[in-house]
Amino acid sequence: MSIAEDSIPGFTRGHRLQQDRVRDVWLIQAPEKAFIADPVAAAILRLVDGKRSLGTIIDLLAETYQAPRDRIAADVKTLVASLAEQKILSP
Amino acid sequence: MTRFPPPMSLLAELTHRCPLACPYCSNPLSLDRRQSELETQDWVRILEEAAALGVLQVHFSGGEPMARADLPALVHHASSLNLYTNLITSGVLITQATLAALDEAGLDHIQLSFQDVTETGAERIGGLRGAQERKLAAARLIRARGLPLTLNFVIHRENADRVAQMLDLAHELGAGRVEIAHTQYYGWGLKNRDLLMPSAAQLDAATDAVVKARARFGNSLAIDYVTPDYHADQPKPCMGGWGQRFLNVTPSGKVLPCHAAETIPDVTFPNVMEHALGEIWQDSALFNLFRGTAWMPEPCQSCALKEIDWGGCRCQALALTGDARATDPVCARSDRHEVVVAAAEAGHDGDFAYRRFTGTGRNETG
Ligand SMILES: C[S@@+](CC[C@H](N)C(=O)[O-])C[C@H]1O[C@@H](n2cnc3c(N)ncnc32)[C@H](O)[C@@H]1O
Ligand code: SF4
Ligand code: SF4
Repeated sequence: MSIAEDSIPGFTRGHRLQQDRVRDVWLIQAPEKAFIADPVAAAILRLVDGKRSLGTIIDLLAETYQAPRDRIAADVKTLVASLAEQKILSP
Repeated sequence: MTRFPPPMSLLAELTHRCPLACPYCSNPLSLDRRQSELETQDWVRILEEAAALGVLQVHFSGGEPMARADLPALVHHASSLNLYTNLITSGVLITQATLAALDEAGLDHIQLSFQDVTETGAERIGGLRGAQERKLAAARLIRARGLPLTLNFVIHRENADRVAQMLDLAHELGAGRVEIAHTQYYGWGLKNRDLLMPSAAQLDAATDAVVKARARFGNSLAIDYVTPDYHADQPKPCMGGWGQRFLNVTPSGKVLPCHAAETIPDVTFPNVMEHALGEIWQDSALFNLFRGTAWMPEPCQSCALKEIDWGGCRCQALALTGDARATDPVCARSDRHEVVVAAAEAGHDGDFAYRRFTGTGRNETG
């Protein structure tokens, strides 16, 4: 379950993050459904581009939100692991 | 100003032409002919209006959507509007070249339907020689390109005993998802209802096959099991509620709250050639006919579940009671529930009425 910080997460084919301007939310689009990404998840997933490593994403978030890196790392890893389990992300 | 929340998805029925003739087809008995089909530029405008309205996903369907030469152009246009694009297809027109064009246009996902796992069973339903082989080849081409794939099987009394093999096939072909969908009795399916109706024992065995496959395949195959309507005693929230989430545009441009709504009497069906999609969604008589809960009779009106199932399906209420406003008789609280119980027990074998255009002995394809 624990994901290495040098892994590079990306959305799997058939899944993507997008902004819904009509409803003013961020969504994960998937086959037959779209789920709302809460603001924390959206902030993380906006940095997932299939190029940045998990470590870089955590660094960027820690800097932007001026929060302890450990706490951010825990949140990011939990989210990525759960979305990888659902095959929305490939870790 | 938006008054009603915007729709989430659009079912774009591009054409009613189809090389197959499934007797369970949910398309209406009176099919739209090629001459009455919307033009490419009309669909382009519909996609633009849908995206502006708040639609997130567009499902290209029909008939056979791949019978339209402009499908890749429409997929491309939808993608450029950031709409999630899904193709619902029988797969018999998929080749390397037609698939490449769709993939390059930005198609997000394909739902490929199979009539059965055996060639005889499949040909008896679809009526097209060699269709099964083409579908298997199509599934392999789709996976070779890495496109996400859902397999769809419509379940009825002639194939219900093979659900376990259907699930094995989905896994073997590398589908991420499979729909095991009991026949819904609309259109041609309603016409052939007794010939499609499984027995209670068949139904239990099908359900059991799904439960076992879930244990067998775990996360590697998502199984969406659409339970049968007539063997139930509480209706499904049809379309997530009338005029709440879903828009359907027919080949000739009628805009409907569900794909069977053309059976509803005494109401005009708004057309995209006369009104904007947003105006139809908000203001048309059709979309407001059964929206919310104010229209509901008893027992729905005082029922605690009225915002859960929205009183069930209007087309089903109409087909079974003759009154589209009645409580869906699938509900055990309906005073007409016995018609559903009787229909669920009325299944028998026989000769199907195959789906075709009226006045012709055959299906249009080209
Ligand atoms: C009407 S078809 C049109 C697309 C294409 N011709 C096909 O069959 O895949 C749309 C989807 O509905 C399914 N379907 C058709 N009739 C049905 C019914 N009576 N109940 C449930 N699903 C049905 C088909 O298997 C297909 O997945
Ligand atoms: S006849 Fe079969 S293949 Fe053709 S539209 Fe209907 S369900 Fe799809
Ligand atoms: S009475 Fe109406 S609202 Fe209540 S469960 Fe039955 S159909 Fe649904």
